[in-house]
Amino acid sequence: MTATASRPGTGALHPLPLDVEAIRADFPILGRTVRDGKKLVYLDSGATSQKPRSVLDAEREFYERYNAAPHRGAHALAEEATGHYEAARATIGAFIGAPEREIVFTRNSTEAINLVAYALSNAATAKDPAYRTHAVGQGDEIVVSEMEHHANLVPWQQLCERTGATLRWLGLTDDGRLDLSDLSTVVNERTKLVAITQQSNILGTINPLGEIIARAHEVGALVLVDGAQSVPHQPVDVTELGADFLVFSGHKMLGPTGIGVLWGRYEVLDALPPFLTGGSMIEVVRMEGSTFAAPPQRFEAGVPMTAQAIGLAAAVEYLQALGMDRVEEHEKVLTAYALEQLAAIPGVTVIGPPDTVARGGAISFTVEGIHPHDVGQVLDDHGIAVRVGHHCAWPVVRRYGVPATTRATFYVHTGYDDIDALADGIRAAQKFFGTV
Amino acid sequence: MQLESMYQEIILDHYKNPHGRGLREPFEAEVHHVNPTCGDEVTLRLHLEGDTVADVSYEGMGCSISQASISAMYDLVLGKSVTEALAAGEDFMTLMQAKGDPTVAEKLEDSLEDAVAFAGVSKYPARIKCALMSWMALKDATARALSTTTPGGTP
Repeated sequence: MTATASRPGTGALHPLPLDVEAIRADFPILGRTVRDGKKLVYLDSGATSQKPRSVLDAEREFYERYNAAPHRGAHALAEEATGHYEAARATIGAFIGAPEREIVFTRNSTEAINLVAYALSNAATAKDPAYRTHAVGQGDEIVVSEMEHHANLVPWQQLCERTGATLRWLGLTDDGRLDLSDLSTVVNERTKLVAITQQSNILGTINPLGEIIARAHEVGALVLVDGAQSVPHQPVDVTELGADFLVFSGHKMLGPTGIGVLWGRYEVLDALPPFLTGGSMIEVVRMEGSTFAAPPQRFEAGVPMTAQAIGLAAAVEYLQALGMDRVEEHEKVLTAYALEQLAAIPGVTVIGPPDTVARGGAISFTVEGIHPHDVGQVLDDHGIAVRVGHHCAWPVVRRYGVPATTRATFYVHTGYDDIDALADGIRAAQKFFGTV
Repeated sequence: MQLESMYQEIILDHYKNPHGRGLREPFEAEVHHVNPTCGDEVTLRLHLEGDTVADVSYEGMGCSISQASISAMYDLVLGKSVTEALAAGEDFMTLMQAKGDPTVAEKLEDSLEDAVAFAGVSKYPARIKCALMSWMALKDATARALSTTTPGGTP
């Protein structure tokens, strides 16, 4: 730790729940330097996480030892590939307390959400009445919130355009929380589905899903939870959650890109028509028409992302070895420290909850008189990687009256020294642009 | 510290004291351009007198690079012919594609005036769009203004 006596709160530095030095040794990329030999300070895990060696090894081993197309062919490699692919499904399912048959592999959260959105409009035109249960059409309503990532907003806007349904949303309070004062009117008898994030990617807010899910189910609506920022950072159990769908991305939880998950309650998945169609999702194909396989295969057309699924299973095992309770606690301690450090810098304003109550580790902020792009550029010059812009949540920055923000996000390898570097970098930006 | 290579003093001056800022009448075309990756925005109006750029007025928000670029562009194109203004835009595009090659900047110094100070931006791919936004808006506005003022043009 490089904390010095001049920093606020340094007298009471809480020992971090995770052994940061040991964890960093597992991430080859953290050993490199950037911008003329600066040590890399990676505070952009919210965009994509870095990968431990065990994940890279799992992917390499697949290609070197048993690469084949799963669920096709009867040769030895095909059997092994299928075995490892399905074992990955079981491992990832167990991570969120779900049986294998409820885990659908997708490219990422975005594709998982689109899968559900297209299934709901396909349901309206399905020939087989068994697929029409959840059809969305004119007079129906879809509910989202104003804090959604574009991935959990635009697909629903498009669903409404295709079907004539109406999009409604829950607003935000000034301190970065959901405004639930009109929950009972926004979610009503016309609501077919509520799509809501568990943890905001820009504000860090953790939403009170229990209340929202209870209201949605009271009126017979389905609930899709966007777990892209929660599943990597806190324990999530689908039975406790009580939703109908949960989506998350592998690349944000130490896994490879190109692999994500749609979890759905089996009876709901089973009542949905497919989104993408083609090979391996079928039951019987004739020239006149086709019938489809049961979930999850119904939603996995084409040769799947096999190596990526196996890599994600290795990532899940890495997280399980650390313990998700400790991962969550680790980030909570870091978030408290970061909020304290940022509050001590005049001109810095955090956009989102100011304390760690129901809050994750995504911290967005503005620096008075310096555009976020310019803040990010100075930080980059110091080797610090943060995200700048609207973070694919444009309505949120608009809601808080800022053009963009700078965002720091933490993960298992983040330590106090990273946050000290961030605070020093912000001060350097203020000095460079002459705002202090 | 490589920052100074991008943030030339002249860029910071334009950013802090922008030239020609504000929306004015009259104008033949108004365009609104955004940089969707970061939310930078500019509204730009173009006023032509015959073939001459009589005024470029604008409002915008964004980073120092995007805002300074508009200001430097204003200085450069005001009073020039449309052909000269578009040629300057081409030169600026060449500068942005130079990947920091100083020989490119040297060649363009006369034609780009203050705007040549943006040479350092070309080393940072993520920021090139910021510098180009105003020039793209001007190109768009020129096309629209000409199509509405040229006899036989599509309104």
